[in-house]
Amino acid sequence: MSIDRKAPLELTPSQTIGPFFAYALTPRAYGGKELATEQVAPEGVAGERIRIEGVVYDGDGVPVGDAMLETWQADAEGRFNAAGNAGFTGFGRAETSAEGAYFIETVRPGALLGPNGAMQAPHLTVSVFARGLLIRLATRIYFDDEPGNTADPVLALVPEERRATLIARRGADGVYRFDVRLQGEGETVFFDV
Amino acid sequence: MSLIFPRTGLQAHPLNNSPEYRSTLKRAPSQPLILLPHTLSETSGPVFGHAAVAEGDSDLTRQHAGEPLGERIIVSGRVLDEDGRPVPHTLIEIWQANAGGRYVHVKDQHPAPLDPNFTGAGRALTDAEGRYRFVTIKPGAYPWRNHHNAWRPAHIHFSLFGPSFLSRVITQMYFPGDPLFPFDPIFQSITDAKARERLVSRFDLQTTEPEWALGYQFDIVLRGREMTPTEEPHEH
Repeated sequence: MSIDRKAPLELTPSQTIGPFFAYALTPRAYGGKELATEQVAPEGVAGERIRIEGVVYDGDGVPVGDAMLETWQADAEGRFNAAGNAGFTGFGRAETSAEGAYFIETVRPGALLGPNGAMQAPHLTVSVFARGLLIRLATRIYFDDEPGNTADPVLALVPEERRATLIARRGADGVYRFDVRLQGEGETVFFDV
Repeated sequence: MSLIFPRTGLQAHPLNNSPEYRSTLKRAPSQPLILLPHTLSETSGPVFGHAAVAEGDSDLTRQHAGEPLGERIIVSGRVLDEDGRPVPHTLIEIWQANAGGRYVHVKDQHPAPLDPNFTGAGRALTDAEGRYRFVTIKPGAYPWRNHHNAWRPAHIHFSLFGPSFLSRVITQMYFPGDPLFPFDPIFQSITDAKARERLVSRFDLQTTEPEWALGYQFDIVLRGREMTPTEEPHEH
């Protein structure tokens, strides 16, 4: 069957977040009410507590001190927007510091179904916004100690030599390290979504 | 409602590689983006309810003891998807400079006065018909250092979520007839003139309130079309 549809409306184009978003989007230093923070999982949320931290760099290796990262993820059971679970929203927001650093504290997401019935390894979906980016950059954070990475259908689309840019490395202190390189050597893989 | 997210409309967006806007030079990725199939991770997204918005968040002129200086305005419109259906109960965050073109942000060094009665940040949820309404002050133009004598046209930053990770967008709303449009590399980074026009609000006498505030209409179209059955192949 076919359905007659009118021509679609045209999308509203993106523009840069600019340098001055903090007092609205990440307003802690301004005393404003935050929509979401680096603390994604309030007390009582089920799952293994993890911390991810890193630095956002530009093409010269200079830290980007005016970026905002947003993370989106499934809960420990691999569910999005599940009712209950202590109010876990799965959404995090972090502004980089003057040194380009950010962190996210959350629970390790579960594996979930992907295209054509394949299982996706645990990951966070990430948007990077900054002055100088006219449209957000989309990437993913995987974890280096997840055996499911080798069968992940999205990682499989990425040339092998660039795959490591999507994988957070767990240090001796248990913290996962995930740097974002916007441009040049070791450039993070960004997705066309 | 089940939505799909075609990529056909995406050419409206600017490219990150837009060298006239100099901040892109060291920040735009040099490698091609990798096409991502849409999985549950992308077709889902955060949901914000009334807890995200406090009473008065949508009136930027009443957040302090006194009234801010400048031209009081009403900005309202609808948030729609690509099929023209309203996007109900979705969060909008806005921020802007004051009437003198100065942001509250600590890094804004433009020597124009701060206004103790104006912060310039607001939030609203769309109603069941996708409508929103802000009361604010018309922001001033301001200089920046992109090139010699560079000035940003007056604008209000808009941040929207819509139903999924794929509909997430941050943009800027402009005012009709701004003489700075031809000289602004951020506005001009959108190469299609018709797409640029979609970021320009429309003065509207209906929205204007007598003896009170000028009204502007700004509709926003987010990604998302209704899932429809695919055509079955017929045997001949």
